Amino acid sequence: MKASAFDYARATSVAHALELLTAHGERAKVLAGGQSLLPAMNLRLMAPEFIVDIGELAELRGVTVKGDVLTIGALTRHADLLKSPEIAAHAPLLRDAVAHVAHPAIRNRGTIGGSLAQADPASELPACMLALDATIIARGPRGERRIAADEFFAGIYETALAPQELLIAVELPVQPKDSTHYFHEFARRHGDYAIVGLAAQALVRDGRFADLRLGFFAVGDRPLLARSAGELIDVAVTPAVLAEASSALDEELSPLEDQQATPAMRRHLAKVLLMRCVSSLLSRPDLCTGVSA
Amino acid sequence: MTSTSANPETLSALDRPNSYIGKTVPRPNLDRLMQGRGLYVSDIELPRMVHVVFVRSPHAHAKIIGIDASAAKQMPGVIAIVSGGELAAVITPWVGVLSHLKGMKSAPQNAIAIDRVCWQGEAVAAVVANSRAQGEDAAELVSVDYQELDAVTDMRTALDPTTAVIHASLGDNLAFERNHDAGTVDQALAESDEVIEAEFIFGRHTGVTLEPRAVVADWNAAEARLTIYQGSQAPHMVQNIAALHLGLKESQVRVVCKDVGGSFGIKVHIYADEMAAYALSKLLRRPVKFVADRVESFNTDIHARDHRCKGKIGVKRDGTITAFEIDDLTGIGPYSMYPRTSAIEANQVVNLVGGPYVTRNYRARARVVFQNKNVMCQYRAVGHPIACSVTEGLVDLAAMKIGMDPIEIRRRNLIADDAYPCASPSGLRFEQLSHHAALAKLVRMMDYDALRAEQSALRARNIHRGIGIASFIEVTNPSAAFYGVGGAKISSQDGVAVRLDAQGSVICQTSITEQGQGSESLTAQIVGSVLGVSMDRVRVILGDTDNTPYGGGTWASRGAGIGGEAALQATKVLRKNILDVAAAILQSTAGELDIVNNVVVTVVDGAPRIELSELARIVYFRPDTLPPGIQPELMATRHFVPREYPFAFTNGVQASWLDVDIDTGFVKLLKHWVVEDCGTIINPQLVDEQIRGGVVQGLGAALFEKCVYDERGQLTNANMADYLVPMSGEMPDIDVGHVVSPTLESELGAKGAGEAGTAGAAAAVTNAVNDALKPFGAIITEIPLTPQIILTALGRI
Ligand SMILES: Cc1cc2nc3c(=O)[nH]c(=O)nc-3n(C[C@H](O)[C@H](O)[C@H](O)COP(=O)(O)OP(=O)(O)OC[C@H]3O[C@@H](n4cnc5c(N)ncnc54)[C@H](O)[C@@H]3O)c2cc1C
Repeated sequence: MKASAFDYARATSVAHALELLTAHGERAKVLAGGQSLLPAMNLRLMAPEFIVDIGELAELRGVTVKGDVLTIGALTRHADLLKSPEIAAHAPLLRDAVAHVAHPAIRNRGTIGGSLAQADPASELPACMLALDATIIARGPRGERRIAADEFFAGIYETALAPQELLIAVELPVQPKDSTHYFHEFARRHGDYAIVGLAAQALVRDGRFADLRLGFFAVGDRPLLARSAGELIDVAVTPAVLAEASSALDEELSPLEDQQATPAMRRHLAKVLLMRCVSSLLSRPDLCTGVSA
Repeated sequence: MTSTSANPETLSALDRPNSYIGKTVPRPNLDRLMQGRGLYVSDIELPRMVHVVFVRSPHAHAKIIGIDASAAKQMPGVIAIVSGGELAAVITPWVGVLSHLKGMKSAPQNAIAIDRVCWQGEAVAAVVANSRAQGEDAAELVSVDYQELDAVTDMRTALDPTTAVIHASLGDNLAFERNHDAGTVDQALAESDEVIEAEFIFGRHTGVTLEPRAVVADWNAAEARLTIYQGSQAPHMVQNIAALHLGLKESQVRVVCKDVGGSFGIKVHIYADEMAAYALSKLLRRPVKFVADRVESFNTDIHARDHRCKGKIGVKRDGTITAFEIDDLTGIGPYSMYPRTSAIEANQVVNLVGGPYVTRNYRARARVVFQNKNVMCQYRAVGHPIACSVTEGLVDLAAMKIGMDPIEIRRRNLIADDAYPCASPSGLRFEQLSHHAALAKLVRMMDYDALRAEQSALRARNIHRGIGIASFIEVTNPSAAFYGVGGAKISSQDGVAVRLDAQGSVICQTSITEQGQGSESLTAQIVGSVLGVSMDRVRVILGDTDNTPYGGGTWASRGAGIGGEAALQATKVLRKNILDVAAAILQSTAGELDIVNNVVVTVVDGAPRIELSELARIVYFRPDTLPPGIQPELMATRHFVPREYPFAFTNGVQASWLDVDIDTGFVKLLKHWVVEDCGTIINPQLVDEQIRGGVVQGLGAALFEKCVYDERGQLTNANMADYLVPMSGEMPDIDVGHVVSPTLESELGAKGAGEAGTAGAAAAVTNAVNDALKPFGAIITEIPLTPQIILTALGRI
C-alpha cells in the first residue's frame, strides 16, 4: 500500500499555489490535511502526478468574526473548530458536528476546506454549510468567486470548484442569539461516516418554528437542504403536521445502497431524525413516538 | 476482581515466600515495547535484502492463460518476477488434511498459483524489488490473462449436483463431514413438552492483527541454512514445514520470532505467500521480506466462523433440557489450511454444543465445504462462539417458550459442581468445572434481580433493555489429541531450560512464544517464585528454534498451562541443584536450606547463608574449592505435556446488559460481566485482560465484524473503513470475576484463559438483544446484529 510516485511542491503563498495549479492542470491535486487524499493515494485509487501542498499557508487558517459574518479559513483544522470560542458562540452547530468527524488524530490534521472540497455525501461539514447558509469562497486564475453552499455540492466527491481553483474560506452569517440547533447522526461506531445524519439550525418563537433549516447527509449523492422543513415553519406542529412533513421529506430523498444500509433503511432513519430533531428543538417529547415507514 | 478457591490446598513449589504467583506484576517487556524498542519483523533490515510484492488474482475462480511480465521487468528496482511454475522448482505443494479427521480431503496447494486461481487475492506472481514501493509499481504492469470460471460462493449450494466442483480430483466440494449421535435423541424429543428449532447464522470474519503477517527469509547459501524471521505463534512448526517443502533438514532452518503485534490464531498457520517468501530467498540466494499490507491481510489472513447451524432443543415444562440436535454447515474457501486443517472449527462445534449441560441426548452433523473465497481456519476460540451461541440461544428460546427465567433454566440443567469427573454428550472428559459457582457469582456481580426490575421499569417508558446470559466451556491445554495424533508435526509438549549465570541471575529459555499475552511475564513469575529470586533477575528467551527447547508455542490457550508447568518443573530441578551445591559449600544439608530473595537461607530461621551470586562465583570460577566429587549442574531442562486428559476444560459464564433503540435498530452495550475458571491464576491482570480482549473480539463478531462477499466471490470491504472492528467508544465496561479450580494434571494447576472471553460474548449479546425485543415478538439468530437486521426483524423497514 504505497502511493505511486508523484512530484511535490510546497506552496509559499496562495498566488504560488494557484500558479502551480494552473501550470499542472488536471494532473495536480491540492494537499491540505491529507486525511482523505493520502488514503486514496495509498490505496492507488488516485494517482495524481503533482501534489501542491498548501499546509503552510497560515493565511488560510483561522476563524474571524467581522460584523455579522463568521469567516473560517480553508485550512482551519477540525480540531480548531472544536476549540474555537467564536464557533462556540456564533455557530455552535458546527462545534457539535465536528465532534462526530473521525477521531482526534484525524481531526488534528483534517481541514474544513479539505472536507468541503472532498464532498463526501456522508460527511458532516457539508450538511452544516447548508444548514448554516454558508458561502464558499474560491480563488482561481481569474480571481475570486463566491458560491452559495447549496450550489457548491454537485455529487459524490464533486463540487463547483474547478481544478485550478483553491477553496479559500467559508463565510457564515452569525447566528442570532436565540437561534437553536440540533445535530445527530447514526453511525455504527463513533467517528465513522454517518449512515444518515442531520444538521439543523432553527429559530423557535412561541413554540413555533420561525425558521428551520434541515441539512441532511448520507441521504443521496450530496447533502440535502430539505424543502419539507417549510411545512413546519409558522405552524403549530402536531403529530399530523409532522407526519405530513415526514412524507414530504421522503419525496426529497434519493438514498444510495451500501454495506451499512439499504435505501429503505436510510429513508426510515432520516424520518426518525426529523421527528427527534423537531421534538428536541420544540421541547416536545410528545412528538417523539414510534416511527414506522 | 474477586476469587474464590474451589480447591484450597496449597501447592508447595508455588506457595513460597515472596511468590509472584497470583500477583499482578508489570510485564518485563513493557518498557521495551513502550519505548519503541520492540523488534517486529517489519523492523528487520538485512544486507542485500529485497522486498516481495504479490500480484494477486482479481477473480474468485479463473484459469491463468498467460502472464506477461516483460514491461514490469523493465521497471526501476526490479530484481525478479517469478511465477508459480518457476517457484515450484524450489518448493513442493502441500495438502491440509489430518488423519484423525476421518474422510477429510483437500487439494494440493502451491506457494504461488499455477494454472488456476481459486480465490480473489490468491498470489499469481511474485515481484521482487529493492523496495516495496518499486515492487508495487512494477506489479501494476504485470499483465495476467485470465479465463474466468464459475465461482462457488454460497455454502448452501456448494454440494448441489449442479454446482461446479472446485477440485475435479476430489469429486465434490465436501471437505469433511462428521456425524455424532449420543443417547436417544428422537425419543427424548418426542417426550419433550416443547421442541424449539432455529437456524443460527454467523458472519465470516477475521482477526485483524495490528501488525500484519510479516516474514524475512534469509537463505545463506554458504551455510546452507535458512533463517526465517516471522511473527509466528509456533516456530518449531514453521521450521518443520519450511524444511519439508524446501527439501531441507530441520537443522537447516532456524525460525526466529521476536515481537509479534497481535496474533489471535491468525499467525499459527502456514500461508502460501509466506512459503513463497522462503522459497524466493532460496531461489535468489538473498534475504527476502514480505509484509502484508492491510488489503492483502483482509484477502489472505485466514477468515473464520462462516457457519449456518440449524439447532433443535427439547425441554420439559419443569425446565429439564431433554436433548440437543444440530446440523452445522461451513464454507472454508478453496483449500483446507495447512497443517492444522480447516475442519477443526466445525469439529469443535460438534464437540462443544450442549457441553455445559447434563443431558446425554445429542445428535450432530457438521459439513465443511469448499468455496471460492479466502481460506478459513482456526481463529481465537475456534468453534466456541458458534457452539456457545447455538447452545445458549437454544436454551434461551426454550426458557422463553416455557416462561422460565434464563438463570433458572441454567441452574436446573448445568452439570453439578460435584459431579466431576464426568464427560459431555460428545464424549469430552471434564476433570473439574464450576458452572454453578460461576453462575452464582455472576448473578451477584450483576445484581440480577435489580437489573430485571430496572428493565421492567424502563419498558414502561419505551426504553428497551435486555439481559443475556451465556454459560460456556473452553478447550485449553490440548494434548497430542489435537494435532499430533492426526500426523501433524505440531508439538503438544513444551520445554523450558533454566540456568544460573555467573552473577546469580537466571536465564530461562522456553518454547512457548509471546504475542502480547504475557508469556514472558508469566514464565518469569513462575521461575522467580519457584527459585526464590526476584523477577528482575530472570531473563526469558523465547521465539528462536536455535535457542529454545523444542515445543508447540503459544496457541489454543496452552502457554501458561503447559509452558508454565515446564518452567515450574525445570526450576524445581535447578533449585534442588543449587541447594545441593549450597549444602556442600555450607556443610549443611539441602533440606535445611532454602532460597529466598536471591539468598540461600536456613529454613528454620531464615538466616542468610550465601548470596546466589557468591555461590555462582564459586561454582564457575573456584570449583577447585568445592568438596571432591561435587559436579554442580546450574542448568536444568524439563518438558511437560498433559497425558491424562486430552484437554483441560475450563468453564465460565458471561452476561450482557444492553439497550436496543427500536426506532433505529442500534444496540448500545451498557455492561458486560464474565466469571471464568482457569484454575491457578498466575497474574490476575494478565488473565483479566485476556478475558476482556477476548470479550471485545466476541463483541466485534456480535455487532460489527463481517467479511462481505458478493455473489461473484469478491470481498467488498477489505479495508478498515468498511470492515468494522470494535472500537473503545462502543465497548462497555467488562467486569471479570473468577472461580478457581486448578487442574490436578500439573503442579501449577493453571488452565488456559486466552479464549474464554471470545467464546461466550456474542451469545450473551444475542440473548440480550432477544430479551430486549421480547415485547415485540422478534427473535434474531444472526450475527453481526446490524441495525439493518434488527429493524428488519422489527418490521420497521
Ligand atoms: C479514519 C478516517 C475517518 C474519517 N471520518 C470522517 C467522518 O466521519 N466525517 C468526515 O467528514 N470526514 C471524515 N474523514 C475525513 C476527514 O474529515 C478529512 O480531513 C477531510 O475529508 C479532508 O480534509 P483534509 O484537509 O484532510 O483534505 P485532503 O485529504 O488533504 O484533501 C481532500 C480533497 O480536497 C482537496 N482539497 C483540500 N483542500 C483544498 C482547498 N483548500 N482547495 C481546493 N481543494 C482542496 C484535495 O485536493 C483532495 O481532493 C475521515 C478520515 C479518516 C482517515
